[in-house]
Amino acid sequence: MTMNYSSYISESANQLKPSGIRKFFDLAAGMKDVISLGVGEPDFVTPWNVREATILSIEQGFTSYTANPGLLELREEISSYLLNIFGVSYKAENQILVTVGASQALDLSFRAILNQGDEVLIVEPAFVSYAPLVSIAGGKPVPISTSPENGFKVTPEQIEKAITDKTKAILLCSPNNPTGSSLIKKELMEIARIIEDHDLLVVSDEIYAELSYDEAFTSFASIEGMYERTILINGFSKGFAMTGWRLGFLAAPAELVQVMLKIHQYTIMCAPHMLQHGALEALRNTYREVENMRNSYRQRRNYMVQSLNKMGLDCHTPGGAFYVFPSIKATGLTSEEFAEELLIQEKVAVVPGNVFGECGEGYIRCSYAASMEQLQESMKRIQRFIKTKGVSVESTLEHQTL
Amino acid sequence: MKLSSEEIEILKILEENNKIPVETIASMVLSNEETVKKTIQKLEDEKIIISYPTLIDWTKVEGQENVVAMIDVKVTPKRGVGFDDVAERIYRFPEVSSLYLMSGAYDLSITVEGKSMNQIAAFVSEKLSTIENVISTTTHFMLKKYKHDGVVFDRGNDKDRRMVITP
Ligand SMILES: Cc1ncc(COP(=O)(O)O)c(C=O)c1O
Repeated sequence: MTMNYSSYISESANQLKPSGIRKFFDLAAGMKDVISLGVGEPDFVTPWNVREATILSIEQGFTSYTANPGLLELREEISSYLLNIFGVSYKAENQILVTVGASQALDLSFRAILNQGDEVLIVEPAFVSYAPLVSIAGGKPVPISTSPENGFKVTPEQIEKAITDKTKAILLCSPNNPTGSSLIKKELMEIARIIEDHDLLVVSDEIYAELSYDEAFTSFASIEGMYERTILINGFSKGFAMTGWRLGFLAAPAELVQVMLKIHQYTIMCAPHMLQHGALEALRNTYREVENMRNSYRQRRNYMVQSLNKMGLDCHTPGGAFYVFPSIKATGLTSEEFAEELLIQEKVAVVPGNVFGECGEGYIRCSYAASMEQLQESMKRIQRFIKTKGVSVESTLEHQTL
Repeated sequence: MKLSSEEIEILKILEENNKIPVETIASMVLSNEETVKKTIQKLEDEKIIISYPTLIDWTKVEGQENVVAMIDVKVTPKRGVGFDDVAERIYRFPEVSSLYLMSGAYDLSITVEGKSMNQIAAFVSEKLSTIENVISTTTHFMLKKYKHDGVVFDRGNDKDRRMVITP
């Protein structure tokens, strides 16, 4: 008997848009010798001491469940990490939750706070999961567009304009994926005023905190009056080069954590036990590696920003993460055309900016989590490619100074 | 010698990859070509950058395989010049690729390279052990090089395991 599955599939699941990244993944996957600037994860392998600590914990038989919010020892370590590095104080006992990646922390946040129809402001261009996660939780994602004129930073006026009586929360991500843009303390303080005035919550995705290059990173929870309103999300994926481990954490006021813990214990039980031992080691003994990786990314960022600007693709200087987000408008192509033709013509994979929101149209995301050799080669190829599109002169726009 | 953070940064970049163009280094450290060139010249003059050796895995080149031995040497130090005099007499041999003064059970640690085991045996018995002040030698032949000067040899499984595009 042939089943008509569409009649079984939930309407809300059906309405989720397939990720725009998928298409390029499929296209690139079949090709050989592609230089990929399309990867949203570190090119470093997890530091050996972290891997070794995990192997040891398996040898020692740490194969059971842990407490639902994660190993107490790990939560205590996270608590001191948050205090020492970011100056925010959370109790290990009832304010910290170890999650399966920052991804699960985001999911928990929206499920815990949203009622049907509640609006969440999302500053775009944005990480591809935010809007779908809000929708899955019954909320309504409301995009706010940013542009390079503001360094892809949201202004308080823009936020104010987007707020309605349905607005429950705003999602902030700094340093940002895909633009790399980082909000400095003064800018966060201005945003905080609006949030206070309109009585909103903040989901602060700080997964790239460790990868800040110019200004010291400021956690949103450290801004006066915001601690009570912030769900702080962070994790091990980016700064510690641990994407495949699927480990993250959130910190928030106890009443919110309690609700998220309830959902977490029914859906996940706990994050994997042995990997939590690795995370402990990461927080305790990888300071040097993390710093080396950060320095290496910073150098590559500098190289990429200058190379792209020199060849005529306007590129603002991002303060963090490992992405640059140059404009490709000079070529007259759409983001998708650019990415597709570049891949076919020169075998360089980038991600078209429009998959990160409508205002990403006209841009591409290039990840510089690749070796300097690969980056230099990719710049040669991109330059050759845009020449065929009539771009070769020095760009005329004023570049943001470094 | 106290170096600026930019100078240290340039050293680290060169240590990792000395083929990287000056122009690229300049953009990585937000400087200009002229300054970077001058800095490198200064670091060379100060013998902080000593040379730009190329690390070659000769075992992969047919007919060029080398035999390498590490030799522990006990010596009696000489009045006035300590170990330096003996050390110099030893490191002048072209077969000696490295020489260190050690604490512990023996005094000098020598790395010797030769075309064959016989050649190294001849060096030890005819040259090294006959040097005045050399009391004893213990020769260890190297069987396989896994890591040298921070570089892992033959990283067979070291390819990029990431997917081509991820969010
Ligand atoms: C902004 C942002 N948030 C969250 C995540 C997901 O991180 P995790 O691996 O911890 O789930 C990513 C990964 O690409 C990201 O870029």
